[in-house]
Amino acid sequence: MALRGALCRLLVNSQRCAIISASRAQGTAAPARRAKVQFNWLDALDLEGQLTEDEIMIRDSFRTYCQEKLMPRIILANRNEVFHREIVSEMGEMGVLGPTIKGYGCAGTSYVAYGLIAREVERVDSGYRSVMSVQSSLVMHPINAYGTEEQKQKYLPKLARGEILGCFGLTEPNHGSDPSGMETRAKYNPSSRTYTLSGSKTWITNSPVADIAVVWAKCDDGKIRGFILERGMKGLSTPKIEGKFSLRASATGMIVMDEVEVPEENLLPNASGLGGPFGCLNNARYGIAWGALGAAEFCFHAARQYTLDRIQFGVPLARNQLMQKKMADMLTEITIGLQSCLQLGRLIDQKKAAPDMISMLKRNSCGKALDIARQARDMLGGNGIADEYHIIRHVMNLEAVNTYEGTHDIHALILGRAITGLQSFTVGK
Amino acid sequence: MSGRVLVGVKRVIDYAVKIRVKPDNSSVVTDGVKHSMNPFCEIAVEEAVKLKEKKLIKEVVAVSCGPQQAQETIRTALAMGADRGIHVEVSGKDYETLGPLQVSKIMAALAKKEEAQLVILGKQAIDDDCNQTGQMTAALLDWPQGTFASEVAFDGDKIKVVREIDGGLETIMISSPAVITADLRLNTPRYATLPNIMKAKKKKIANVKPADLGVDLTSRLEVLRVDEPPQREAGVKVETVDDLVSKLKDAGRL
Repeated sequence: MALRGALCRLLVNSQRCAIISASRAQGTAAPARRAKVQFNWLDALDLEGQLTEDEIMIRDSFRTYCQEKLMPRIILANRNEVFHREIVSEMGEMGVLGPTIKGYGCAGTSYVAYGLIAREVERVDSGYRSVMSVQSSLVMHPINAYGTEEQKQKYLPKLARGEILGCFGLTEPNHGSDPSGMETRAKYNPSSRTYTLSGSKTWITNSPVADIAVVWAKCDDGKIRGFILERGMKGLSTPKIEGKFSLRASATGMIVMDEVEVPEENLLPNASGLGGPFGCLNNARYGIAWGALGAAEFCFHAARQYTLDRIQFGVPLARNQLMQKKMADMLTEITIGLQSCLQLGRLIDQKKAAPDMISMLKRNSCGKALDIARQARDMLGGNGIADEYHIIRHVMNLEAVNTYEGTHDIHALILGRAITGLQSFTVGK
Repeated sequence: MSGRVLVGVKRVIDYAVKIRVKPDNSSVVTDGVKHSMNPFCEIAVEEAVKLKEKKLIKEVVAVSCGPQQAQETIRTALAMGADRGIHVEVSGKDYETLGPLQVSKIMAALAKKEEAQLVILGKQAIDDDCNQTGQMTAALLDWPQGTFASEVAFDGDKIKVVREIDGGLETIMISSPAVITADLRLNTPRYATLPNIMKAKKKKIANVKPADLGVDLTSRLEVLRVDEPPQREAGVKVETVDDLVSKLKDAGRL
């Protein structure tokens, strides 16, 4: 008994001691006697020491908000499939929507800060992070990167505040991994200076309650272009997708367009071809690479605590080798994953990043996180299937996260093409 | 009235950290330990920023006394909405013996120098729990004080302060300039938003030495020893009330 107690104290103390040596090092003189460097399982490769002061402040401030304001809502939101629209306004107040955009009421932070933000939200729920990603990377980003000055002034400040909610329409019922085959058409009408859009998009996060939609359609010249549609336009409807068992805390639906008249001022002029939507997807995928690791971290920490607390056969579950091996694997993948995301963020900030880098890390983080969540679920035994313990919710969510924004396999093909020079997306040549 | 408010912010060991005493019992371990802004100082900053948002005052100046790291605490105050900061450099032995008397002398000197209309402090720090700095500062300045404030309202050129006292709530009217110390229920500090954290980078933090303010940092106190609280011992179960009474008498408690 006493030995186990001592062991528990040692575990707790080494966690505390470890926090000691992992604190920020910037701007402080080295202590006179250098203490032996302790291993810190909470931050095994000292990510903390690689962040700037404001990145740390941003992360800490937002982490507090997520834990205090988002965590209490999530069990019921997920169980009853309720989307709390208010969180968009709250996140807008915090300034975390479109954080990398400069001007238009946005914070103008680094991409590393964006990653840290995504990680904190997804630590709570991937559905909440999806909402944030869509608004920031898939709605605000295309308007900022491809839109006119009028469009930016009209939409960006309101999107940044969370006053209006957007969604991104690329995927179709018959075209998921293969967007170039899309069937949605935009026909130009010279007499009214409008485009008529017809077609349907599916699996669209936010669509049932969105105020605007950035929809990609094929024009008369065969090129794909982006259009800003607004709720209320005749012929536009956004039915909700029922029976969804992933990302239940966020609203997902279709965008159905039946000859919707869109004024030509709503065309995004600076993108044509798939480069436009892919630019947005890459922006979102980067955030997801960080975010998925936040979910994985939650599952890892939760499984650790559970196995320390639960006694079977007279000892904590954590005493077992099978449990420790699983945790060692989790720790390793999360730590390595975070380091890779940090490097990617720094490269993006220096404008030295290529899209395939983002594919590589989105794929890695999502695949590893799904695996970690499943292992963690298993470690919790029967309790692991109860949403009260949260892990099963992450398991459900990460199935979607591993699939959207390019499936695990599709990113493998992207990398395969980069490695070999041979594309393997299509049959034939 | 200058419309300027001075807010003192102290860098303390984070409330969630488990405190350890140094092996030589001279003090607690602070090297490499997580520090953050004293929670009552956060409430003080929040109140000052709220007053500025209501346009009742014009400028919030965050002040911290300590080594280089105190600047992190000032930055947090700037991210919450303070306009500029003053870092009073105190390090080494002087910092180890820095206490309410020295800090209040510094705050008083700065209040005069900055022509402050109001000085807002947290009611106490969570490391030493002194609950003295606000009161001493008011005395040195010969200003009225509203301590343990759970509500602050401007009433013409007077300030109405609702204080939390043992018996309940006490409302006082004090004239300006004054010193106020913040209690827990005064407000709920805001989260530092991203745009404000980014803006804080551009705000200025001035460097000042205590000597420049004519303050003598010599301490009147000497810390002899720091010990951990005694280990909690197991209790004893008794069968009857008589047993309880006799045990209490034996222990000299009755």
